[in-house]
Amino acid sequence: MKNLFFLASLFVLSTAFVVIPSDEDQKGKSVPSVKIVDVNGKTINTSELGNDGKPVIISFWATWCSPCKRELNAIHDLYDEWQEETGVKLIAVSIDDERTKSRVKPYINSSNWNFDIWMDTNHEFKRAMGVNNVPHTFLIDGNGKIVYSHNNYSSGDENKLYQEILKLKK
Amino acid sequence: MILYRISHISAAGLLSLSAFFGNAQNGGSVSGNIESQYQYLLNDSVIQAVQPQEKSLINTYALVNYTNKGFKAGTRVELYAPRILGYPDRFDGAGIGYRYVGYENDMLSVTIGNFYEQFGTGLIFRAYEDRNLGLDNAMDGINLRIRPYKGVTIKAIYGKQRFSFEAGRVVNAPGIVRGFDVELSANEWFTKLEEKEISVRAGFSMVSKFQQANHPEYILPQNVGSYGGRIDVGYKNFYVNGEYIIKEADPSLDNNYIFNYGHGLLINAGYSKKGLGILFSAKHIDNMSFRSDREMVVNDGMIGFIPPLTKTHTYNLVAQLYPYVSQPLGEVAYQFDVMYNFKKGSTLGGKYGATVSLNASTAYGSAHLATNANPLSRITYDTQLFKTDGNLYWRDINVEIKKKIDKKWSFIASYFNLVLNNDVIKVAEAPGTIKAHIGVFEVLHKLNDKHSIRTEFQAMWTEERRDRGHWYTVLVEYTVSPDWYVTGVLQHNYGNPLENRRNIYPLFAVGKIWDATRLEARFGRVNAGMFCVGGVCRPVPASSGLTVTFSHSF
Repeated sequence: MKNLFFLASLFVLSTAFVVIPSDEDQKGKSVPSVKIVDVNGKTINTSELGNDGKPVIISFWATWCSPCKRELNAIHDLYDEWQEETGVKLIAVSIDDERTKSRVKPYINSSNWNFDIWMDTNHEFKRAMGVNNVPHTFLIDGNGKIVYSHNNYSSGDENKLYQEILKLKK
Repeated sequence: MILYRISHISAAGLLSLSAFFGNAQNGGSVSGNIESQYQYLLNDSVIQAVQPQEKSLINTYALVNYTNKGFKAGTRVELYAPRILGYPDRFDGAGIGYRYVGYENDMLSVTIGNFYEQFGTGLIFRAYEDRNLGLDNAMDGINLRIRPYKGVTIKAIYGKQRFSFEAGRVVNAPGIVRGFDVELSANEWFTKLEEKEISVRAGFSMVSKFQQANHPEYILPQNVGSYGGRIDVGYKNFYVNGEYIIKEADPSLDNNYIFNYGHGLLINAGYSKKGLGILFSAKHIDNMSFRSDREMVVNDGMIGFIPPLTKTHTYNLVAQLYPYVSQPLGEVAYQFDVMYNFKKGSTLGGKYGATVSLNASTAYGSAHLATNANPLSRITYDTQLFKTDGNLYWRDINVEIKKKIDKKWSFIASYFNLVLNNDVIKVAEAPGTIKAHIGVFEVLHKLNDKHSIRTEFQAMWTEERRDRGHWYTVLVEYTVSPDWYVTGVLQHNYGNPLENRRNIYPLFAVGKIWDATRLEARFGRVNAGMFCVGGVCRPVPASSGLTVTFSHSF
């Protein structure tokens, strides 16, 4: 019986490794359409990013996630510059549930963020985007295709993200 | 049985494969993820960690979603061989844990099979997954969402809830759960409201459960209804929202088979503008343990979700030892938050500004009044809105100062004052009330564009050395952007009243990231404690050994 479980686990893991080989997996895909609300309660369709053919960053975060907040605050410091140079728009998707959801508005305001904020309270968009854990950041090109994604934040990751945005300018 | 299980797995494999080919041929889209956690554990008598018989443990999940022109389908294969430490013992085997098909257009969305859904704040109904906790009450049935007119959303649900995963198969709770929710948004009807910066939204829900009853002593209701409404109003920088839910007589093991009605009220009021956020929340819960099986307790079979009104802490000494857990049988709770940003260039703000946040929360027992009580019909007490019984369950006062000094250095300093009534909350060893003070100093130093070091110094004192006494934690994390991190954690219970339990818990972790793929290995001792996400907790025993976590999104 245990052997069977072992085989089963091997099977699942090996499927995992078969699926992995390209980190290209997520690239070239469109953003799935899910209906959630923005921070003001307005219904939005996640596939309609609307930035006039300019790139969009989608960043999954939560008020209780320290690295997420470090990432978004680091981008906040550079955001004006980024927008001037590339016209990029950032959408911060909060996965805060009912417990901490009410803290989102005070937090973004006290942090002076100018990002679009979406609320994914029951994680529908998170599941549709295949996100395991936060922070997870996606870069979408002007045609609505995912061109880059990164599941972590270390100080300096924003530079890598900006390089990827600059690549789209060419 | 075995063949059955294998066929299950291969079916999932085939589905994912066909989905991949489908993707290539006709423009459909596949997304999903894989997550695997493996543990190899050792005996470590010092911290009372026990090696499981199997020595190694593994949990694995693979989720595949496929969408194509409004059509959607998906599945998640799960594996517990056996489940990792702290998960419910009953989780076992490999098989399909979640599957659905559905269709969606602008007006309508139908999902058949498993789905997650939430009505309003979730007090009345919330089906969700929190994998870190081993919590998954996914519905198995049908979910309908209709938008018949702009500003109107109707949701309907019908099905059973997931309770367990045994021998490779999902086990649902016995009760049938059905309900609907209507949400109305006045802003989509009157465009003038937008100009005046007013927003008005309202909703109401109804959920009922059916479970057969044959109790030897009482005639129990087989159908239990629950209903309520909510409103959300905003004007310029102010907003206020609230929800009130009533639950009909729902005698259960949890509430000792009383026939009282239950109720839950949740109110948030806030003011926020650039640089400032203020939030006040209040909650009164009484007899709101609403489950799809009246015999279930703890986190099992919950139909509704009762959010605790406390900040979700992240530093390990604050989060792990004395967390608050919502009390569905009754609590009166308040929370107050202020976040303020000192502008760049101001005296306190300096060159980069500084943020100060203050958070205070408290919870008391809900009063049981003798008025209108009727022991014959098992209505054992009466309640009054926001009336407490004076029994303090919880108090948390904390303050945090966050400041960036220059391009290379920034810090966060925090202080936490916790009071926890362990007779009620039951998350620690010592009985009675535990009072703890915790100070944390976190420093982030950027060495250059790619390399940085983050350190945390945490210290905890419990008054009169209650429970496990005093602690400190030192954490050092070295990161190389964008793909490597190395972390060392040292936790020391230096002030345990029992000298032979003044243990040291060292932990070392290394992680590598390839875009949307992460691999992490950690080795060392993990303290016994509560592991909490979103106010729901599970106790995790002490362990010693290796944990490897792999995750990938596609």
